[in-house]
Amino acid sequence: MTREDILQPQNLVYSKPRLMNDTGMHYCPGCSHGVVHKLIAEIIDEMHLQEKTIGICPVGCAVFAYRYLDVDWLEAAHGRAPAVATACKRLWPDRLVFTYQGDGDLACIGACETIHALNRGEKITVIFINNAIYGMTGGQMAPTTPLGMKTSTCPYGRQAELHGYPLNITDMAATLPGTAYVSRQSVHSVAAINKTKRALRHAFENAMSGKGSNLVEVLSTCSAGWKKTPVEANRWMEENIFKLYRLGDLKDQ
Amino acid sequence: MKDNEYVLLKGNEAIAHAAIRCGCDGFFGYPITPQSEILETLSLLKPWETTGMVVLQAESEVAAINMLYGGGGSGKRVMTTSSSPGVALMQEGMSYMAVCEIPALIVNVQRGGPGLGTIQPSQSDYLQATVGGGNGDYQTIVLAPASVQEMADFVDLAFQLAFRWRNPAMILSDGVIGQMMEKVVLPPQRPRRTEEEIARECPWAVNGHGVGRRKPNIMTSLELDPAIMEERNLRLQEKYLRIRQSEVRCETYLCDDADIVLTAFGSVARICKEAVGNLRRQGVKAGLLRPITLWPFPEKEIAALAGRARAIMVAEMNAGQMVRDVRAAVEGRTPVHFYGRMGGMVPSPQEIEDQVKLHLKEINLI
Ligand SMILES: Cc1ncc(C[n+]2csc(CCOP(=O)(O)OP(=O)(O)O)c2C)c(N)n1
Repeated sequence: MTREDILQPQNLVYSKPRLMNDTGMHYCPGCSHGVVHKLIAEIIDEMHLQEKTIGICPVGCAVFAYRYLDVDWLEAAHGRAPAVATACKRLWPDRLVFTYQGDGDLACIGACETIHALNRGEKITVIFINNAIYGMTGGQMAPTTPLGMKTSTCPYGRQAELHGYPLNITDMAATLPGTAYVSRQSVHSVAAINKTKRALRHAFENAMSGKGSNLVEVLSTCSAGWKKTPVEANRWMEENIFKLYRLGDLKDQ
Repeated sequence: MKDNEYVLLKGNEAIAHAAIRCGCDGFFGYPITPQSEILETLSLLKPWETTGMVVLQAESEVAAINMLYGGGGSGKRVMTTSSSPGVALMQEGMSYMAVCEIPALIVNVQRGGPGLGTIQPSQSDYLQATVGGGNGDYQTIVLAPASVQEMADFVDLAFQLAFRWRNPAMILSDGVIGQMMEKVVLPPQRPRRTEEEIARECPWAVNGHGVGRRKPNIMTSLELDPAIMEERNLRLQEKYLRIRQSEVRCETYLCDDADIVLTAFGSVARICKEAVGNLRRQGVKAGLLRPITLWPFPEKEIAALAGRARAIMVAEMNAGQMVRDVRAAVEGRTPVHFYGRMGGMVPSPQEIEDQVKLHLKEINLI
């Protein structure tokens, strides 16, 4: 069999999502952002919502998300994406409005906007990429950094008395009456990626049917910030992060 | 309320009614004295049941201004109102909106500062409003109403300017105009724009409309290539120049033969107008120039008067903010005096008259 025989449309088992363009990604090797971007592109296309989507990107590594997915995007100020999304959804109720935020953006500087938008039951989806670190600014401590973990601003390891405790904002969100669906997933294996896709699709469907606010956290690796190879980072996440942040649906109404 | 009929309203209430009537799509605000009546009036009027206008009490002024970023960025007519400490919190968002060229209306019913200050009227946010306020080189279009009627009229005017220039616009009012009651004719009720109208007027808007047939619309203030960023800044500056050339508004009163021209905006301009009337009855040739747009500032109009009048006196409820712009416009041709009261102390016409006489005596004109 020649190469030409194999490269036939009927043999196609996988392709780049239609809504993903050819712009080269700025993400580091081993980073989880690209995988989640791909899932979002697939779901929007499968739901035929390209013309109805407003994405809100954060300040953080995903600040350039708008370069890669062919939908309309607003790039919000650091932490303010849920407020931006609130107005977009209220003013365009038939649109798919989602935010895409890191842990610093969502759980630290934007904690107020996150909690209030979720608790107002805004019909949006908040996608929360938790890599336990500030990736973009070079690996500083995040609100989600586990105790003991070393970062550039806690170089001797995070200590409760010095730095306070890691914030589990997703568990908090599950207790809010305004949230309809709260889930924590990861993308470190094919099975996990499939589960994350299901969670994101469920959140988007909820938001489109007006079911209240939706939060999908994706536990993510940051090889560069964690100073580990992609394989080591995945293992480290399984051993250290998963026991701090429980995987699975926390709330589904 | 019927069209073309006088009603008695507070300045704050007039803003709320005018917003609904001019087809505003969304209001996002956080309570603060002396402007809480605006959100309260809207909540009572329930425009979401009539025009479909969204009214939302935000969790903070930071959230409110970012709701404007989203609402205006998606092409809707959106506004917020606040008072000085709240507007201080909005500066980051306004900077983002200016560079992304997002139209929206921000109303500041000023109170005295610094800090929590006082709930009494003040004009001490003039500089913040007219020279940017947040980070970076940018401008906000600023209108200064001097009556309840202008509170009502400037809502639509500000939206028109904001959309004409794709730029945030501000109504810089104060606690006097916000709280006082006057007769006012409200603008006629106009429908909100349809999705097709928005798509036509705002092809840049981030709302999904037409993606696939057009390229995605993206709004971002981030640009890591300094050469491109400079180009973007220069384009903005060019736009600001065109605004300065075409949107200056001011009112002159008895200036043609005036020995001394008072310059004041907003509530203080009304007090000065009264003082000018009193002075004229006493034979003193006083006049008044009232900037209506604080940015763009009526530089040429002031420069022209500076050539004619013997003195200029700027009166403000602050430590001397607009007077800097007046001095820059006058370029030393005429002495420019300043009279200011601060932190909720509203000057009386008598105080202004006494100051005018003092300065005219100095040059032996009385
Ligand atoms: C008001 C403001 N403060 C600080 C910053 C600097 N800053 C940029 S990204 C970032 C942290 C991002 O971390 P996270 O949200 O966890 O996302 P990640 O980069 O890890 O994906 C900070 C502090 C900023 N841009 N704006």
